[in-house]
Amino acid sequence: MKTIRLLKLVGSFAENKDIARDIRIKDIVPALEKEEDITLDFEGVESATQSFIHALISDLIRRYGIEVLDKIIFKNCNDTVKKIISIVADYMQETD
Amino acid sequence: MLFRLFIPSNIFIYNTYRDYICCYFCPGFPVKIGTFINKQAFPVDMRIHLPNSAFLGNIDPVLRSFDTSDPSELEITANKKWISVHPVVLSMIASLGLKLGPSNIRCEKMEARSKHYLERMKLFSFLGVKSGIRITEHEPAGRFVPLTQIKKSDELTHFITEMVPLLHLEPKQAEPIRYVISELARNVLEHSQSEHGAILCAQYYKKSNIIRIGIADTGIGIKSSINVSHKAKTDLEAIKLALTPGITGTTRREGGTEYNAGAGLFFIKSIAKVNRDFFVIYSGNALYKLLKSSPETIKLYADPFRDRHSKDEKLPYWQGTIVGVDISLNATKKFSILLDLIRDIYIKALKERRKARYRRPRFI
Repeated sequence: MKTIRLLKLVGSFAENKDIARDIRIKDIVPALEKEEDITLDFEGVESATQSFIHALISDLIRRYGIEVLDKIIFKNCNDTVKKIISIVADYMQETD
Repeated sequence: MLFRLFIPSNIFIYNTYRDYICCYFCPGFPVKIGTFINKQAFPVDMRIHLPNSAFLGNIDPVLRSFDTSDPSELEITANKKWISVHPVVLSMIASLGLKLGPSNIRCEKMEARSKHYLERMKLFSFLGVKSGIRITEHEPAGRFVPLTQIKKSDELTHFITEMVPLLHLEPKQAEPIRYVISELARNVLEHSQSEHGAILCAQYYKKSNIIRIGIADTGIGIKSSINVSHKAKTDLEAIKLALTPGITGTTRREGGTEYNAGAGLFFIKSIAKVNRDFFVIYSGNALYKLLKSSPETIKLYADPFRDRHSKDEKLPYWQGTIVGVDISLNATKKFSILLDLIRDIYIKALKERRKARYRRPRFI
């Protein structure tokens, strides 16, 4: 299990899509390729934009299928962050 | 209309003064600029007048009154007694100023009692114009974010971190504001191709308890950006697509690319709608304005034209995009409740578009 602590990477307001993309490409994808499970730890992250979460996870869902969500745990998310992650996960399942 | 077709501007004009142009084969016959002469062909200067009052509710006359079709020179005048304008007006002027450079700007000496506000917001510094206005240290600073230019992703992240303390907001109040600024500025950085990036500023208004935000760019505009993947015929049609959830200029594919979902502007319009605030977007010749809704009828729509709105497709051409938003701090709904509403309408819109793409079997 690989754990990625987001606070030190993105700060308390997760909005920088470039950082989200880097985390996905450099940390999440290599771990998934090694069939590792991943914990994205949002402790201390007060809020996130839909654009940030989209850049973080949408391509994983498109690339690995929705089953990829079984391999990722979203930890310590507050209500806002949970809802934004859910919106992105939901709309990615409604698209091709 | 014959003038437009056959006469080159450099031969045609021999005398130019404030509002009229005379031509050599109709000497002494003044032609009012902006009537039937093709403005693209004549290097007339732009003129912007800062009125007594211009906020999102009454901004339309201000936009109609200035012409940006041939931006070679900018003349700025202002109400002599009092100037009270929405930050979006300052962002517009500042972004024009950056595009033109100080040598092409003429700014009359400000006389209004509220002229210090423009100095505080750093308008003159953006324009490269010496205002002669001094601000004493003991004057109250208020709660505002002065005009700021953002050209890079990291600059934006830094700016948002620094901005929130300037507005002295409670965490609940800060949430939608930093959300709106981040999404709007990232739109500019990613889609506008503007050499000068995003120009933005914000101001807290104590009496109405509202934060007003304005952001402008002088990039390619929404129509050019959205038409990389779509086929909007007009600026207004392009604005409509840009406000529709799940539609982005980067791809025709539902769900967007790995980097863009096409949801940012829809989220921002929704924040304004739920809080019953104004939201204005202006690009090319078109303006869309979300009007305030009555409390009992708050409902989100994927189609922006179903919201209570006004629109105009005959405004002076703005090369780029301008967005103004008001966020009332009295009415700020809990952000997570807003997200529930957004989720529902977003998924519904995607399902409807998917259904619309169904192909029916043909039976004979």
